[in-house]
Amino acid sequence: MLRLPGTNPRTPGHLISAADLSRDETVLILDTAEEMARVADRPIKKLPTLRGRTVVNLFFEDSTRTRISFEAAAKRLSADVINFSAKGSSVSKGESLKDTALTLEAMGADAVVIRHGASGAPYRLATSGWIDGAVVNAGDGTHEHPTQALLDAFTLRRRLVGADAGLGHDLAGRRVTIVGDVLHSRVARSNVLLLHTLGAHVTLVAPPTLVPIGVERWPCEVSYDLDRVLPDSDAVMMLRVQRERMNAAFFPTEREYARRYGLDGDRMGRMPGHAVVMHPGPMNRGMEITAEVADSGRCTAVEQVANGVSIRMAVLYLLLGGNEPAVTHSLPRTEENTQP
Amino acid sequence: MSTILIRGAKILGGEAADVLIDGETIARVGTGIEAGDATVVEAAGQVLLPGLVDLHTHLREPGREDSETVLTGTKAAAVGGFTAVHAMANTFPVADTAGVVEQVWRLGRESGYCDVQPVGAVTVGLEGKNLAELGAMHESAARVRVFSDDGKCVDDAVIMRRALEYVKAFDGVVAQHAQEPRLTEGAQMNEGVVSAELGLGGWPAVAEESIIARDVLLAAHVGSRVHICHLSTAGSVELVRWAKSKGWQVTAEVTPHHLLLTDELVRSYNPVYKVNPPLRTEADVTALREALADGTIDCVATDHAPHPHEDKDCEWAAAAMGMVGLETALSVVQETMVETGLLDWAGVADRMSFRPALIGRLESHGRPVSAGEPANLTLVDPAYRGPVDPAGFASRSRNTPYEGRELPGRVTHTFLRGRATVVDGILA
Repeated sequence: MLRLPGTNPRTPGHLISAADLSRDETVLILDTAEEMARVADRPIKKLPTLRGRTVVNLFFEDSTRTRISFEAAAKRLSADVINFSAKGSSVSKGESLKDTALTLEAMGADAVVIRHGASGAPYRLATSGWIDGAVVNAGDGTHEHPTQALLDAFTLRRRLVGADAGLGHDLAGRRVTIVGDVLHSRVARSNVLLLHTLGAHVTLVAPPTLVPIGVERWPCEVSYDLDRVLPDSDAVMMLRVQRERMNAAFFPTEREYARRYGLDGDRMGRMPGHAVVMHPGPMNRGMEITAEVADSGRCTAVEQVANGVSIRMAVLYLLLGGNEPAVTHSLPRTEENTQP
Repeated sequence: MSTILIRGAKILGGEAADVLIDGETIARVGTGIEAGDATVVEAAGQVLLPGLVDLHTHLREPGREDSETVLTGTKAAAVGGFTAVHAMANTFPVADTAGVVEQVWRLGRESGYCDVQPVGAVTVGLEGKNLAELGAMHESAARVRVFSDDGKCVDDAVIMRRALEYVKAFDGVVAQHAQEPRLTEGAQMNEGVVSAELGLGGWPAVAEESIIARDVLLAAHVGSRVHICHLSTAGSVELVRWAKSKGWQVTAEVTPHHLLLTDELVRSYNPVYKVNPPLRTEADVTALREALADGTIDCVATDHAPHPHEDKDCEWAAAAMGMVGLETALSVVQETMVETGLLDWAGVADRMSFRPALIGRLESHGRPVSAGEPANLTLVDPAYRGPVDPAGFASRSRNTPYEGRELPGRVTHTFLRGRATVVDGILA
């Protein structure tokens, strides 16, 4: 079985950036996640694959959702999980990232899942020689959040292609629109890179103040006009917009933002019938998305959360699986699905 | 007093000649000078330069002796071929009074490795609000002529105007750290393609250029001298070129690292590349080299900024800004300016000694290599090429971006008023 370690030249054996994944590696992760998803349908939602391995969730920022998603993923693979909440930056806390890393290394962490407010902190952790274990980026500053992009791609493939029909497939030709605070969004950065790798066409929509200088080199298009882009979208991904951005003059008022860039029922009506609405959560209802849209059957926000566990199981399995039996052997699909 | 004969060095890269040092002074320059009982330095193939002058050095004392002291910093300066450095004012306490600048000046005299010319703060505590006692600092033993809030920009236009006007009374100059503060809140690196990908807060070129534009206009308006610290963008070059074309009294410096490195290096997230102003793009590097060659930029200044290891051995956002530079400056200038054909050695002498001394109004530095002049001299072996090894630095800090990088040129001897501070590349 193709494994992640060694395939990525910059940070072999780690998952730091969506840019480090090839098309085939990404499809492998998505296919593996489909297998993992079936575990959730079994009476005992657990695989023995990572028994005896230790996964540390190292969270320098509060993020209950992401942490419990990784925790559930690791536990379903029978790994031992240690949650290390180092709230606040290493500076204000007085302990350096390095000392924290050395501590985890001494405890024998096989993988470190890190969430950090500083862009590049996971990269430093993976390349500094402080630890030997695999590093998984669970969101760093305004840089990247690769497992979020993977679960978004997984959700898209399920919705637009199908769970079984999608196996082995990418998202070639699909049109995905990402709307909101691109400037400060690690979700947008990872999604642009990963969706491009999978063959999708990405359009970013935001007020010009929330688009980074230098975006012209990204593999996507940029529009300031949501209404013009909606009819051509297979999926619209709404990013969380923090209200306090208003105070830094990124936009005049919350209401003006919602009018120009928020997704309401009328706007959703302009999307093609098959198109879905995505949101990485937590949602600002009434800001970037109205309750009508958020609660509609076209919104995949809750599915995304469930899919997140499957994707993170797949990532941890592929990074740490080592010489364990291929996961498919222990999964119900091979037992139940005997058709060719 | 001792006599030293430097035999066969190419003076400013030109004709080979002998230079006889008698006591603190150059006694003779010519060919076939008899050694007599002088100590002979065989210098065939080497280049003799006037002792280098740095307009922009952080010696960290008082306050941050964990990163550098006047003694270790001046040792590093001597190893790098410098005979005079300007010590920036952002110490603890800030060098904003006659007492602090005199202390730094005295520590420099005691070190004996390199003259230390303190820079005085423009405003009290570098806070940009009230003028420091500029006149008192000038009249002190330190004889301060360069004033700077370096590290912070004098962003209030009225304070800047007043400072420019006030120091005219004693031929002072304000050296501006051009950084519009509001445009650089949370800034971590150059704003552009790389920052967009890395998700690091952008430090836009316009934040530097808008302040330079304002300050050259202010200098013109009040008829004062203004010096622009560590110019880093192609746009800044255009502004300085324009100001000079008007005949305004504007001078500018560039650091060695801005002549060589670009923001592509930040992709490593290694804080050794974190510096203020930040590393820019290839186009900026090209413009800076050309501007130094054509004289738009007057001089090279190191912005030697020592930091203890722990302040760099961390994630990017938590790291301190700055790089050490005294011991590698001449090599980087040889690599970027001499080997590229942009400057000859006479040009290097001009940009690293004559002009910075002139801007700082130092009387005994940046002088010609001729009889009767103070014997402040630097001997360079330009044929040398080797990797940078921070373990061998004289500086107390090791935060160099050049570790392991192969660079040309080596300072073999440095003479401060006739005394060899460096002999065969080793501190004397």
